[in-house]
Amino acid sequence: MTAEETRQAVIDIITDIAPDEDLASLSDDKPLRDQIDLDSMDFLDIVMELRKRHSIEVPEADYPELNTMAGCVKYLQPKMT
Amino acid sequence: MTPTPIAITGVGLTAPGSNGLQDFRQQLLDGRSGVSEIETRHMGRVNAGVCDFDELAYQKRKARRRGTRAGSIAIFCGHECLKDAGLNLEEINRERTGIYLGITEHGNVETENEIANIAQFDNDVKYWTHHHNPRTVANNPAGELSLNMGITGPHYTIGAACAAGNAGLIQAVQMLQLGEVDLALAGGISESIQTFGIFAAFKAQGALDENQNPKLASRPLDKNRSGIVVSEGGCIYTLERLDDAKARGAKIHGLISGYAMNSDATDFVLANPVQQARCIQMALDKADLKANDIDIVNAHATATPMGDIQEIKALRAVFGECDNVSINATKGFIGHCMGAAGALELAGNLPAFEDGVVHGCGNLEDLDPECEIPGLVAKGNLPKQKIRNILNNSFGMLGINSVVILTKA
Repeated sequence: MTAEETRQAVIDIITDIAPDEDLASLSDDKPLRDQIDLDSMDFLDIVMELRKRHSIEVPEADYPELNTMAGCVKYLQPKMT
Repeated sequence: MTPTPIAITGVGLTAPGSNGLQDFRQQLLDGRSGVSEIETRHMGRVNAGVCDFDELAYQKRKARRRGTRAGSIAIFCGHECLKDAGLNLEEINRERTGIYLGITEHGNVETENEIANIAQFDNDVKYWTHHHNPRTVANNPAGELSLNMGITGPHYTIGAACAAGNAGLIQAVQMLQLGEVDLALAGGISESIQTFGIFAAFKAQGALDENQNPKLASRPLDKNRSGIVVSEGGCIYTLERLDDAKARGAKIHGLISGYAMNSDATDFVLANPVQQARCIQMALDKADLKANDIDIVNAHATATPMGDIQEIKALRAVFGECDNVSINATKGFIGHCMGAAGALELAGNLPAFEDGVVHGCGNLEDLDPECEIPGLVAKGNLPKQKIRNILNNSFGMLGINSVVILTKA
């Protein structure tokens, strides 16, 4: 999966989890939680959807890697098949 | 000391076939069935009462995704009843507002969904959602309403099988009379059509209607009735102490003048007419009314073969000699809305204080001789000179009985 495809996969998940948010202008470098309404339960939803849709396990110790979209892509792209 | 009278100042509801008190009343007066058919897990086609309201009228999509159908019904009805009372969230004291919602059951839907979800993943529980507990705790529908409205007073549900809608109202009356709260949002909620288990269990019990025409399926008191049509629904009332309601010039739909709850203590399922009659009499005593003072009795009448016969025995025992009492039933039009049934069916009769009409029963073509009782409004609607008092029965499994009496303000 390319970096762009990985980004889109994350966007698809967030679109389902935070359906009221406008994600079109999401900055890749700012923390996701500073830009959209995401709480800890939503974050667990993201982790669950990565598991379900892409068979990716994100250990709790790695959660900080997913703080920004750029971090998500960097962390997840090598794990995407 | 006579307890402070409690006034109904607002009604918010969703029923199979209509939303809002006015539309619901018209549905009943028109004799329209709101029952349809749905596909349910493991069972395929079943008759069911489905509500059609805008889930996003008062709730964001994310909250709906995180929550439950019961929560969504509660949020819709809660906002509607506050609006109907001429109140808004900014002006009420939310710390002095209580939420009391009756439920038949809660959590079956969400549990079944998760079991189906993890079955796709070889039953690996790491796929079980972290939302399961907040969705399935018994206070969920009331809690979702509290979160949505920012109401910081008490919120809880009352598990009372199909007597629950009235039980929610009764709890609110007591809390208002005790001075624990100044405003109450109370009634009943059901999401039960989302769980196959309730259909399967009624079927196993021989108590599920399987008529191929959903509009004819729910037929309380009819000789050809064959069981329950499970429905979802919700009805929440805004309740205030009468003095408070008058002081702010609120429109008063009616007063809760009497109520009672008791138990059969005889059987898991089969109703006990002696204890049902006792519950009705206790409610009359509390309201300081005689049986013949009641103008409308709304029967619980679920359309199960035995349940209807047992209830009619109870009604004969209390009202058999009365010449003023008119008796009707609602489930022929909307099916059995479970935890919402009592509150909804009471609401369906509430406008009779103004329009002076007793709505009839739905799908009652051929009265079961064992269900014959004087005053039954079997078909059509009955205009009545003076309607002052309405009595609503709501009974449930494990022998729980609830009766509420409304008096015209």
